[in-house]
Amino acid sequence: MAATETAPGSYIGSSVPRKEDEKLLTGQSRFVDDLTLPGMVWASVVRSPYAHARITKVDVSKAREADGVVAAFSGADLAEDWAATLPCVWLVTEDTKQPMHRPLATDKARYQGDGVAVVLAESRALAKDAAELVEVEYEPLPAVIDPEEALADGAPLVHEEFGTNESFTWKLEAGGVDEIFANAPVTVKERFRQQRLIPNAIEPRGVLAQYLPAQDEYTLWSATQIPHILRFWLAIVIGVPEARLRVVAPDVGGGFGSKLNVYAEEALALVLARRLGRPVKWTEERSEGYLATIHGRDHWQEMEFAADEDGKIKAVRAKATVGLGAYLQLVTAGTPILGGWVYGGPYDVEGYSLEVVGAFTTATPTDAYRGAGRPEATYLIERTMDALARKLDLDPAELRRRNFITEFPKTLASGLEIDSGDFAGALDRALELVDYDAVRAEQAERRAKGDTKELGIGLSTYTEMCGLAPSRILGAILYAAGGWDAATIRCLPTGSVQVFIGTSPHGQGHVTTFSQIVADRLGVPIDQVEVVHGDTSAMQLGLDTYGSRSLAVGGIALYNAAEKVIAKAKTIVAHKLEVAEDDLGYENGSFTVAGTDKSMNVQEAALHAFTAHDLPDGMEPGLEATFVYDPPNFSWPGGAHVAVVEIDTETGEVELRRYVAVDEIGNVINPTIVDGQIHGGVTQGIAQALWEEAVYDDDGNLVTASMLEYLVPSAAETIDYELDRVVAPSPTNPLGVKGVGETGTIASTPAVMNAIVDALAPFGVRDVDMPAKPERVWRAIQRGGAS
Amino acid sequence: MIPAPFDYERAESVDHAVELLGSGRDAKLLAGGHSLLPFMRLRLARPDLLVDIGRLADLSYVREDGDRIAIGALTRHHDLANDPLLAEENPLVAHVAGQIGDPQVRHRGTIGGSVAHGDPAADFPGVLVALEAELVARGPGGERTIGAGECFTGFFETTIAPDEVLTEIRVPKLGGAAWTYLKFQRRAQDWATVAVAAVGANGSARVALTNMGPTPIRARGVEEALGSGADPATASERAAEGTAPPSDTQASAEFRGHLARVLTKRALEQVS
Repeated sequence: MAATETAPGSYIGSSVPRKEDEKLLTGQSRFVDDLTLPGMVWASVVRSPYAHARITKVDVSKAREADGVVAAFSGADLAEDWAATLPCVWLVTEDTKQPMHRPLATDKARYQGDGVAVVLAESRALAKDAAELVEVEYEPLPAVIDPEEALADGAPLVHEEFGTNESFTWKLEAGGVDEIFANAPVTVKERFRQQRLIPNAIEPRGVLAQYLPAQDEYTLWSATQIPHILRFWLAIVIGVPEARLRVVAPDVGGGFGSKLNVYAEEALALVLARRLGRPVKWTEERSEGYLATIHGRDHWQEMEFAADEDGKIKAVRAKATVGLGAYLQLVTAGTPILGGWVYGGPYDVEGYSLEVVGAFTTATPTDAYRGAGRPEATYLIERTMDALARKLDLDPAELRRRNFITEFPKTLASGLEIDSGDFAGALDRALELVDYDAVRAEQAERRAKGDTKELGIGLSTYTEMCGLAPSRILGAILYAAGGWDAATIRCLPTGSVQVFIGTSPHGQGHVTTFSQIVADRLGVPIDQVEVVHGDTSAMQLGLDTYGSRSLAVGGIALYNAAEKVIAKAKTIVAHKLEVAEDDLGYENGSFTVAGTDKSMNVQEAALHAFTAHDLPDGMEPGLEATFVYDPPNFSWPGGAHVAVVEIDTETGEVELRRYVAVDEIGNVINPTIVDGQIHGGVTQGIAQALWEEAVYDDDGNLVTASMLEYLVPSAAETIDYELDRVVAPSPTNPLGVKGVGETGTIASTPAVMNAIVDALAPFGVRDVDMPAKPERVWRAIQRGGAS
Repeated sequence: MIPAPFDYERAESVDHAVELLGSGRDAKLLAGGHSLLPFMRLRLARPDLLVDIGRLADLSYVREDGDRIAIGALTRHHDLANDPLLAEENPLVAHVAGQIGDPQVRHRGTIGGSVAHGDPAADFPGVLVALEAELVARGPGGERTIGAGECFTGFFETTIAPDEVLTEIRVPKLGGAAWTYLKFQRRAQDWATVAVAAVGANGSARVALTNMGPTPIRARGVEEALGSGADPATASERAAEGTAPPSDTQASAEFRGHLARVLTKRALEQVS
């Protein structure tokens, strides 16, 4: 990387090269799978080939006799090892049904891939070979994959003890919705399928567990986004004092929510290490992960708008029927609810009604996948916006303009308050960048001459709530934990600075971004700042990384910790320079006394704080501060995305021609890192529109069981995205920042689908199921308006 | 992702490979490994013995052989895609090689492996059928030549015997013939949903279809119609005749039939 000219005072806002890159690009990162401990054994989990089956017998005796095998256990063998069920942190209603969830099933397998036994051997290959020798007898039961079918009378019951597959019904209603609808001159009603998706982090999951009996100490290295949350819950699951368990997230290669969980294998590795007295390692196979790591989305969605003849939307009424899969994983029930306040989008609506029904199915549990509830909400709103535009014969851009929230702060009908935004500015800029009129003209020209390649333009204007989250609100909505985060800054006597953060990066570049903040505030060169993360013994306080919270919450904790350091340094400097604190100016790490040449910087103050030879009376030695920050509000990014697609009407093939994203994400610390977040997010959202879909057959077998069938796009499928920003800094935090990790995924899917439907308008097409694969598009054209 | 146990032998020569294949064990040849190894990692293939012919450098070549071009079976796709003799004499083969998989696959995968694997969705089998290529195989009884049209007998099945090694592929010099290969796929690295290879000259064409049945299929109906003077649109109506395409998550059999007709029409427009 070329050196930048950046110096303290100007790091924030600069594209400082990522500190993380060298080790990643030279293969010197340390992922869990790179770790080896003396005496380590490998675990292989035996998984149910059936989606739903009674387990009548598990015989591990042949596996135990196989080459290199150390031990083998059925679920029943380990039944006494558990102190609690695998957790769900968010039971969204008082009566949410939460089934017992053991790391290994004993009575029934409830999805294809449900673990039923585990084999431990001296090598990974030997464990895998021996796992084939475990004899399991199953009585297959009927599968149910579709959430609406799961709620129908007579559906196979995933958990018989409940007598129903319904886990919960969650409702939010405000603003007299029924009355508004009764008097509305215009209504539209749309229904969409939000298909099930499989997250694909580049690093599969993996764990390494160690138990030291003499010290009674457990250590778990896990490819996780949430070492702190994991420590808390795993201590409960395996029944040990939290203080005896250390969790380390070393370098972690992506998560997208799939590593925001407390997984069976993490708990298994700990109890097996305890039983065997040997370290236990498990590395997920990619095809194994398709079954055993959480999935995302899986909604049936309905939306009604009540509007006037000018297209002003008065009320929204939405319903989501959500496939939860077989169990409640950490945030399974809450994931759809994370979008629960934004089913009105960036639009000024009076009436708001949302009903979310969660249904158990015999499939892999769903949980938070990048955007978590907000992509679903945004898709439903934005697709319905275009339906209303068609009904009123209005340009979709004009319809959006007529409905935008334009004054901030704005209390939404759903009850939360958007602190700032510039939705209209973002749309104007996006239309300017894409040259909207010219694209519409080309579209009309093609239609006029009967071109077999149709052009479509799709808009998506969005807002979302992220930066999770104000703890009081989380408590009010029954989330079991808080939403604060923490940072510690320790100024070392030699001038360098150690930073301990409670967020846990897995590709986001926290080390660089957080270094920029500290280096700027304390006036030290950026390479003098070391950021330590992902180890509960190094940093006790933290609530980890998800929900676009790390900068908007953890970054503000860090900023405030720096303010505390500066305040203490100021006291020291005033003492040393024998001036009043009020006479000291501070800029870029240096304290100065106006009208004199007296000055001292933070690093010098740190040395004085360390030697403690001459500190103010009563001051503690050392220059170090911790700040725990609980945000006063969510973070509210927004923006406007425009997709232009070309459709080969003979083959149904969709080609993305242009993609313009204008995001309002507050102030930006590192533009390159932010662009990277948007690129990745947009690609993931486009992938939902065009390629990705988890498909099960009628027996509950996952058909898209590998990357051959589950189409994760590569660089070859993407195009150059055209990015820009408008800025409305958040007034709720001193950096004016907002979350950006999920915006691209939230915004892009409806932009692409609206473009596809727009392209097919001459054929009367109003919807194509996602992904819009060629056959679906071709059939939609054949059917025309008859869909 | 971890294969079942197997033994491994490195062949020192083609004859050595033939000998190892004839050892009576369930043996498979390993060339580039880009089809076999994924099967083994998913434990869908469990050979007892892998006979590695990957280092037989004398099986990697492209050279003139009278009115044909002879290609060593171990020639990598990347090398075919960039071969100057092919660019001159049979650019269809070079073009197709450049369409296979991704750069990593093309640097490891071999034309012989692609042919011998007999995957109906792979690119080379259909192209070689359209080219009426000859395949040379060596076994315990010596060498024999197999017409590409007779090689592929079923889903992953060929007439290359278990104790034979495919050593060479001979393709015609195309001279002034027009050619095309139209591959319909979801992602750049994917196998073909459907593909059409066509070589045309003087109003007639040879057309072969990929992934329209358990083997590559010569579109005889299309060729006949074209020979009888039909235009591409009319001739291509017969593209799906006699095919038995699969249905999967990418496309139904019916849609594959439709794609075969559209792609064939477009191919014929290019070569006729």
